[in-house]
Amino acid sequence: MPAPEVVLALSTRFGATPCPLGVEIPAGELLTAMRALRDAHGYRYYVLGTATERETTYEVGHVVRNLETNDTLFVKVGVPKDAPTLDSIAFVYAGAEWQEREIFDLFGVTFTAHPDLRRILMPDDYPGHPLRKSFAMDTPWGYRPATAPAPEGEA
Amino acid sequence: MSAAPVEIVEREFGELALNMGPQHPSTHGVLRLVLHLSGETVIKAIPVIGYLHRGVEKLSEHLAYDQLAPVYERDDYLAPTANSNAFVLAVEQLGSIAVPRRAQWLRAFVAEWQRVSSHLVWLGTLGLDLGGALGGGTTLYMYCFRERERILDFLEEFTGTRFHTNTNLVGGARYDLDAAMAARSDALAASIKTALPELWAMSGGNPIFQERTRGVGVISADLALGVGVTGPTLRASGVSYDVRKAASYDAYAELPFQVVTRTAGDAEARFQVRFDELAESLKLVRTIVAGLPTGPIFARKPLKNPKATKLPKGEAYAAVESPRGELGFHIVSDGSAKPYRLKINAPSFKNLQIVPHLLPGGLVADVVAILGSLDPVMGDVDR
Repeated sequence: MPAPEVVLALSTRFGATPCPLGVEIPAGELLTAMRALRDAHGYRYYVLGTATERETTYEVGHVVRNLETNDTLFVKVGVPKDAPTLDSIAFVYAGAEWQEREIFDLFGVTFTAHPDLRRILMPDDYPGHPLRKSFAMDTPWGYRPATAPAPEGEA
Repeated sequence: MSAAPVEIVEREFGELALNMGPQHPSTHGVLRLVLHLSGETVIKAIPVIGYLHRGVEKLSEHLAYDQLAPVYERDDYLAPTANSNAFVLAVEQLGSIAVPRRAQWLRAFVAEWQRVSSHLVWLGTLGLDLGGALGGGTTLYMYCFRERERILDFLEEFTGTRFHTNTNLVGGARYDLDAAMAARSDALAASIKTALPELWAMSGGNPIFQERTRGVGVISADLALGVGVTGPTLRASGVSYDVRKAASYDAYAELPFQVVTRTAGDAEARFQVRFDELAESLKLVRTIVAGLPTGPIFARKPLKNPKATKLPKGEAYAAVESPRGELGFHIVSDGSAKPYRLKINAPSFKNLQIVPHLLPGGLVADVVAILGSLDPVMGDVDR
């Protein structure tokens, strides 16, 4: 369970609201809030990045941990489905880089100022984002010759 | 008679991009590394993953809770029980399902045996990676796999399968340990313990091995925390974090064991952490057999229809310490019989993420030593 004093500090400074396993934060405050969590509150360990599809939003979650108090905190941000864009926190936590790539790949949420936003699990020229609820399980997957050239830097 | 002088021409090729993998013996599966080289020195490394992506998280949204545990055993295929263990813990937390004490001990029992078997695979393949330096490399590999084979034989007799033991059920364990199997486990643990000095002499005690791993691929504690590496890789950088101690699950709160740490942060330190964990786990399985409480191993009503179990609305996150590190499951339930969203926190994915930070500046020969010391399992990375 997240520490109450941290939840209180986040809600007074950034307008965060408590939610299951952590707090929900306005999208505009994410970057400063993550910086404050790392530097002022001791949440130095990056655990996980995830996303969940809600009715009108994709709920992106960053999970960070304070190893001294052994407290794990989910920081969730709602991203509107019609314009799924969010600030990247890869420069605050290096571990978010691949996790954000995975969310971009599977949910189609773009992260601004991400150092290397490419698909990570699916092929580079894959149409669609498989973990969206609108993506059917039986979407056909036939052989297609590669159409996109290899990304910059890859042989 | 003297040979004609050989003229050696050195040419500057500039930067060379080299593909290592996805079919390469030392990438431990289907990992592709794009290495940008200047001579023998790596200046940039781009890991390319996804070759083993099977869409397990999407599949989870279409199967019922009681059908899912065996699916996850295919993720990290060297320690299958850790996957299903984390999953059933998350489901039990969400549904407030009680687990009998004996079942909790039995889960830890299988998990510790698989930790030993997984670390033996890692040690053997590290020997192969370092290759010629260790007398052809296959020696260490064969010695490790000989011991591992006996663990698999034991698990086969105990659970019916060598790898995917499928022993973790939501609300309990599937297989009970009788006196004969308990005695066999003790004998096996004792005999593998006597083999450890032999394995050490071939690896950690070997000066060539030390030279190949010492000071190679150093991860500072700060970098380890920021990138979020986990398990032995984190503990070798001086951060003493083990899920079994920090967020105790199963029977681990009652079991005595040491969290092995090193401070050097190099490939040798990661090797030493895992090697010492072998001995700790062998001690643990004997402690478990000695102190196994009596009682039932499954507390729920017998399942007539495995698709009927519904969980209350909510969210849960539960993690276990797999041989590779913190393996967690985040389940979002909408109150139905299937997960609304399920996210696997895969330790190999996080440990592999350190590769672009680690390889530049090193030699090509160090790449295999570093990769081997990280112990990634591609089934776990790609899910």
